[in-house]
Amino acid sequence: MMEIFKIKKIAAKEEYERTPVPDSELKGSRGFLGMYAGEHAAGTEFVIGPLFVAHGVAAGDLLLGLLIGNLLAVLSWGLITAPIAVKKRLTLYYQLERIAGKKVVRWYNLVNALMFCFLAGSMIAVSATAVGIPFDLEMPTLSDWFPRTPGWIVTVVLMGGVITLVAIQGYDKVSKFANVMSPWMILIFFAAGIVGLSQLGVGSGEGLFAIAQEVIWNGVPLPGMTRFSIWHVIFFAWFCNMAMHIGMSDLTILRYAKSWTSGFAVFAGLYLGHFVAWIASGILYAVFLQANSGSQEFAPGPIAYQTLGIAGAICVVVAGWTTANPTIYRAGLALQGIFPKVPTWKITAIVGGITSIAACFPALVMKLLDFVALYGLLLMPMGAVIFADFYLSKRMGFRSEAALNSGSDFSLPALLSWVLTLAFCLGLNLIYGVEIFFLGLPGWFVAVAIFIALSKMKYPVSKPLVS
Amino acid sequence: MKNILKLISILGLVMSILPPLLLFFGEMDLESMKLWMGIGMVAWMCTAPFWVNSKTSEN
Repeated sequence: MMEIFKIKKIAAKEEYERTPVPDSELKGSRGFLGMYAGEHAAGTEFVIGPLFVAHGVAAGDLLLGLLIGNLLAVLSWGLITAPIAVKKRLTLYYQLERIAGKKVVRWYNLVNALMFCFLAGSMIAVSATAVGIPFDLEMPTLSDWFPRTPGWIVTVVLMGGVITLVAIQGYDKVSKFANVMSPWMILIFFAAGIVGLSQLGVGSGEGLFAIAQEVIWNGVPLPGMTRFSIWHVIFFAWFCNMAMHIGMSDLTILRYAKSWTSGFAVFAGLYLGHFVAWIASGILYAVFLQANSGSQEFAPGPIAYQTLGIAGAICVVVAGWTTANPTIYRAGLALQGIFPKVPTWKITAIVGGITSIAACFPALVMKLLDFVALYGLLLMPMGAVIFADFYLSKRMGFRSEAALNSGSDFSLPALLSWVLTLAFCLGLNLIYGVEIFFLGLPGWFVAVAIFIALSKMKYPVSKPLVS
Repeated sequence: MKNILKLISILGLVMSILPPLLLFFGEMDLESMKLWMGIGMVAWMCTAPFWVNSKTSEN
């Protein structure tokens, strides 16, 4: 039994955590195509597509919104994140440490870890909706914030326990399992769309558009849900991965790219996962709503099972699990940055516990769109700080990588850029009623402006730097 | 041996996407489609782990 808990010693592999990636380790765009395709066809897709239906998005708004929003996201990766990644070839954490100092990075890690816990929690809940099918578990509804039954709590906690135990074993096996599952999962999303359309009575191109407009995305939100416009779709598709592109998390991945153009490789993942998969899962939900008229139940497992059988239910479990597991692992790593002396397995176990408790609350699933937007928003200002430091320090006359160059472990401009930007966004939300999906764009400019202004005061360059 | 496993894996993927297409064109009923998709899933899951990651490692 103890063997289960034994931490496997992974062969020492250079991860270049505090040094630039050497040329010998660089990879071409093809590797990034596959990785991003797998990463963006995940458990969240089973929730986001149906939530668009529930929010009464119109068919034309959805298609156009996803095309534009995903394009903007691809451009953000390709034009903002990737050029910095290949120039510096450093992880996000180390790059941030050089600019903001260790103390600020600790706070960043804490927020990051908490967000990862909640995201993983929502994915455990998604998986639980499929695991609960054979046990006739009462499923959560759209308006649920708290668990409905003790059975839900038991299922979620057991799943959380298993997933945490696997995460304790390390990332490698889960990553390999996700690699294996990825092509099959993508096909299941395609299958879901095809079968869903068939069940809705689509037999031709004309029929497709009519049913899409009248039955699936008819522009009428479900009771208790706000209506989404094309702007919601555009901004959500653009900013649902805000932490990764303009938030700069993917510096860590793209630092291995031979060329900055590899940043555009994300298009495969986005248009498979955030276009095909969102549309397919939305169709599945429309089939479910047609068969269960007036139902408020919102459970990806039964929705997929009803249309695709056991393959659909297993796909929901696998998608949720393969998203939750690396997320728990990443949360553990983020926390270990704060508590470096605590063993990894203990940190991962604590993270798993927090995640399992969070997963008990269906609100994380029902409010996933808001949560994903919040997650990106909270981390985005530090990405703006990295952007401003990289592109604008020379032009605007302040010292780049100020913490490193001044020998400090704390940069006030970086911390204030983060805090004041979030306060500004909160103000826009509370005073002017701007929805969370639209706060990222003004927030990014505000973060850049604050960082430049404060850096010019605190770390001015009186004479030109020698290059 | 690996080639046989790859062949079964590919058949598994075909069985995951072909039945939905046949259903769409009215050549298969829903229950048969679910069954074939389930078989395709098992075929993929039981064979793909033996070659998918080894290919990744070689790369």
